[in-house]
Amino acid sequence: MTTHVDSEATPAPAEDFLNRPATPAQRIQSVLHRQPALSPAIVLVLAAIVFSLINDRFYALQNLSLVAQQVAVIGSLAVGQTVIILTAGIDLSIGAVMVLASLLMSKLVADNHLPGVLALLAGAAVAIAAQAVNGLLVTRIKLPPFIVTLGTLSIFTAITLIYAKGQTVSLDPGNILMWSADTVSIGQLNLTTGVLLMIALYAVVGYALRYTAWGRHLYAVGDDIEAARLAGISVNRVLLSAYLVGGFAIAVGAWILVGRVGGGDPNSGLNANLQSITAVVIGGTSLFGGRGVVLGSLIGALIVQVFVNGLALAGIDPNYQVLTVGVLVIAAVSVDQWIRSVKS
Amino acid sequence: MTTPTAPVLEAKGLVKVFGRVVGLNDVDLTLYPGEVLAVIGDNGAGKSTLIKCLSGALVPDRGSILVDGSEVNFKRPQDAREAGIETVYQTLAVAPALDIASNLFLAREIRRKGVLGSVFRMLDTGEMKRQASDHIKRLGISTLQNINQAVETLSGGQRQSVAVARAGAFGGRVVILDEPTAALGVRETGQVLRLVRDLRDQGLGIILISHNMPNVFDVADRIHIQRLGGCAGVITPQSHSMEDAVAIMTGAKKLVPEAG
Repeated sequence: MTTHVDSEATPAPAEDFLNRPATPAQRIQSVLHRQPALSPAIVLVLAAIVFSLINDRFYALQNLSLVAQQVAVIGSLAVGQTVIILTAGIDLSIGAVMVLASLLMSKLVADNHLPGVLALLAGAAVAIAAQAVNGLLVTRIKLPPFIVTLGTLSIFTAITLIYAKGQTVSLDPGNILMWSADTVSIGQLNLTTGVLLMIALYAVVGYALRYTAWGRHLYAVGDDIEAARLAGISVNRVLLSAYLVGGFAIAVGAWILVGRVGGGDPNSGLNANLQSITAVVIGGTSLFGGRGVVLGSLIGALIVQVFVNGLALAGIDPNYQVLTVGVLVIAAVSVDQWIRSVKS
Repeated sequence: MTTPTAPVLEAKGLVKVFGRVVGLNDVDLTLYPGEVLAVIGDNGAGKSTLIKCLSGALVPDRGSILVDGSEVNFKRPQDAREAGIETVYQTLAVAPALDIASNLFLAREIRRKGVLGSVFRMLDTGEMKRQASDHIKRLGISTLQNINQAVETLSGGQRQSVAVARAGAFGGRVVILDEPTAALGVRETGQVLRLVRDLRDQGLGIILISHNMPNVFDVADRIHIQRLGGCAGVITPQSHSMEDAVAIMTGAKKLVPEAG
């Protein structure tokens, strides 16, 4: 009955309890909750320290250059995957689209003698169009992203194989499509143009997520789609845009892949679909949407590569590398659950 | 409280049917600036349909809606919002992971001036925070101290306060509250009702849908009673008792026509 209750009432025992000092675990949890990229960053630093203690070749700049180059393709895809997962979606077809785009780029140059720039643009257009299909199926037909991309994974893989006719394509080193493999030396560190392209992609998408209204809306939609709709956000446009940005990231990844493979190979990037999801999850982005940053996904991709590389240098059976990545994924999701559990 | 000025929001002869089911049957509603009009009624009496028509979530089949005397045609909630009508929903319609300032400006963010804003689409977070804390201060929501706090760290009442503050900050004319206290405890309800009074005192027209008779009689200036899709009458807390209101709502009593 009484509605004039003063919110600044004298502290009751419950109030006292609520205002108790946080335990150390709660404080850590709260910090990790605010900084989703922090826990993967700590893991990356620890892994780097341990592996350099096991084998001092790990820290050789040559080796670090190699890690950076190996991470460029999955790192680029992970940008697109992050944006999609932030909306509480998932893209199982992301790698298949990349392979299709990279094959198309190479074949247009090798078979159809198109200038490299046009082939690059055509490949990018196909990647974005393929993602538009995913996005429209999710927003118009209202299918769950998991089912949509499970279906398009098969479709895009099949199109790639039909188009390739079982052949691989190699390109001349001078072509612009191969520019992504050019070496860029920064002191002793030998990076490729592809690595720089990937970093630029992270900078652009990271900026858009953090500093634009589009970014806010993307997080809001992933967080609580109904609340976002009631707040006046056009949720379907935001969802579709996530898949289109994914298409753009795929185009960059396809360009880097052409450089690394030296052309188009229908069997390249077979595991890229799941590897991109692995990078995002290890990078601290929540599969439930609305929480995470792209920088975390770069760290996640680096963690996987550092473990693979470090375990190889330590002379451990390659099968254990796969096992380790599996353990990392489970650990990352468990940490995410713990971080999400207490909210204050 | 209700000085006989021009109504800020008027609905005339609203009809809405869903297949063979009559949602609204020739309903009139008048809301003046600076008053709280409560809408009560049993389940299925047409309360939600009525306010959905007023907030643009539904398009009425017949009848007209007037804002400040001129007819409007709401096709989407955004249309109503642009006409200065904000709605607070029963479900806590806030984005949990975003902070209070971001939530207040959700879907109407302010961009930086100059090239940063027009080309790089950069948000002016500083300006939004400043304005948000002004709004919060003006509304006297003392429980929301830290504007940078994520909404998920707030209690239900505080979250609903954020939603009401958002409506109050941007609702130029009318704020519609659909069962804003249904999910809240007594103390939190008190916070929200105090906010409702503050918004009214600032000259906004408030429509409050509620099941809670004590709350309605506590805060409303006039009470619109829906029954079986039609309006069973408009009473005031002074003219009738809670028992009367319930009796009219359930059909046990007919309202004697009066000037009200």
